[in-house]
Amino acid sequence: MSTETILEIKHVDRTYIDTNDNTVEALRDVSLTVRRGEFISIIGSSGCGKTTLLRLIAGLDAPEAGSLRIDGAEITGTDPHRGYVFQQGSLFPWLTVQQNIASGLKARHVYRRQKADVAEYIELIGMRGFEKSYPHQISGGMAQRVAIARALINRPDALLLDDPMGALDSFTRADIQDKLLELWRRDKTTMILVTHDVDEAIYLSDRIAVMTPRPGKISEIKEVKLPHPRDRGGAEFLSLRRDILEKLHLASAHPEPEYSI
Amino acid sequence: MSYFSKIREALQKEPQARPLPGRGAPQNVSNLRFTTLTVFTVLGLIAAIVVNRTVPQIADVEIEPYRVGASLDININGLYVSVLSGVILLYLGIAVFSFLDQDRRRKFIERAPFRFAVGLVLAVWDVLGTKFLLLPQPFFPGPARILEPFLMEPGYILQQILYSLRLFACGFVIGASAGILTGILIGWFPKVYYWVQPVLKISGVIPAVAWMPFALTLLPTPFGAAVFLITICQWFPIASLTAQGIQSTPKTHFEVARTLGAKTPYLVFRVAIPHAMPQIFTGISIANGFTFTTLVMVEMMGQPGGLGYYINASKVWSAYYKVFAAILIMAILFSLILWVLSLVESRVLRWQRGLVKQ
Repeated sequence: MSTETILEIKHVDRTYIDTNDNTVEALRDVSLTVRRGEFISIIGSSGCGKTTLLRLIAGLDAPEAGSLRIDGAEITGTDPHRGYVFQQGSLFPWLTVQQNIASGLKARHVYRRQKADVAEYIELIGMRGFEKSYPHQISGGMAQRVAIARALINRPDALLLDDPMGALDSFTRADIQDKLLELWRRDKTTMILVTHDVDEAIYLSDRIAVMTPRPGKISEIKEVKLPHPRDRGGAEFLSLRRDILEKLHLASAHPEPEYSI
Repeated sequence: MSYFSKIREALQKEPQARPLPGRGAPQNVSNLRFTTLTVFTVLGLIAAIVVNRTVPQIADVEIEPYRVGASLDININGLYVSVLSGVILLYLGIAVFSFLDQDRRRKFIERAPFRFAVGLVLAVWDVLGTKFLLLPQPFFPGPARILEPFLMEPGYILQQILYSLRLFACGFVIGASAGILTGILIGWFPKVYYWVQPVLKISGVIPAVAWMPFALTLLPTPFGAAVFLITICQWFPIASLTAQGIQSTPKTHFEVARTLGAKTPYLVFRVAIPHAMPQIFTGISIANGFTFTTLVMVEMMGQPGGLGYYINASKVWSAYYKVFAAILIMAILFSLILWVLSLVESRVLRWQRGLVKQ
């Protein structure tokens, strides 16, 4: 893995107004550097701003302050070089599995030249025989594999994953995690995964950014130096797990009230 | 739109055959039962033929022969019996075809009592309407008499059918395209929504025929005026439902497309419009209800041809059997149009199969 920086986030602020007209500080002074080709996870409880951060990286939203630079250039909008996998139900229901995967190529008008890639990615995610199925005819796990293939077929420099396995059962989840590692090793894509599952983060990542809510900020970055495939029951795995969970619990516990007399 | 969707449901969805409560899996139809019910199916129609052939003509009714082709002379009773025989042969053909498959067997015999009843009604009608002339004339001609126009003036009738069909086709193509286009613009551009939506809302409730005086005055030909009115009929429901479909596209779909590198044309044509397709078809079927009404009305009031014109022209001569003939044609023609459109719909929306609960 190189130490070259692909993404640089500096002092980013982002607030939004919630349904009760309250101003919520989703992100305050968030800085993060992502190295090319690494697998980094952003973990935190719900509402800590991790999806907000990922959307900023994708260019789906803009920050109020601070800067996000990819390969040195300011992020101004979406770009197929940054693939994005949504939480769930993001496949186009009117397109078959094959057409959904091809939609990335069609959106960029390169379908005719790269037609062969579709079959390759169908094979890679193990969806042979389901090419002509519509999204409602396949399982949730299959649908997420298709969503991953659809984002990867554009050969992005970075793949942004917004908790894509959050709604799946644990067997399907483990299956997709391995698939993801396999694709990561094959294409050397930089992976940025948002998750609330500590095991998932440790199993997959080189580094884990722990986020704490209100205001959302990155409180710590953990390196995971275990070799793949990782043993989910191993001593180091478990101690790292305890460590991160402690950080998350500390963060979500209410602070002692301060009295000044 | 709930009112419209109810109409649409009533129009489009045939009530599904439900299994009777307290019964398990559908039972197989035995050979004997199937054969008996097949005979039962055609029995009513056979009775109608027998009645037509055997009951003496009491009332003084002129039944003149018409020459068909080079040398065949046929009167209304001959045609009536031929049509009934044709229907009987058709049913027998379907019965033979259904014999091999249990599902088809079940489906075929389900309608047997209804078909039997139709035959009986025809027989009674024949006796009352032609043989004894007990029904008030000339308003209620017998079933055979209704077929007379097809012998008397088949070419002329075909001309009227083609006129109506041409009118519908022109109005449909122009109106549906205009409706879909307007709907897309309203759904996509907030500015267009602001300016056009109120106009659509107000003008949409006005029955199209209310514009008839203007249409007839302002457009150079009666045909053009009729096309204009049908276009209005099509335009409103299709435009408003298309707009709804476009506006209800989930934000995620657009975001997915944008992260894949899509630009605006892709977002409109490959995301918003496919998502709006089911609503566009709902709009089309609502529009067709209005369109058939308007079509016939316009033809009755100011067209030089068409089935509505035929009805009106026949009424003047008290030729009510021709009116019935025209009604019969409309039933078949409009059903055919709806059937063709439903074929297109199920082809375009095949991705919905199994997704929408029937």
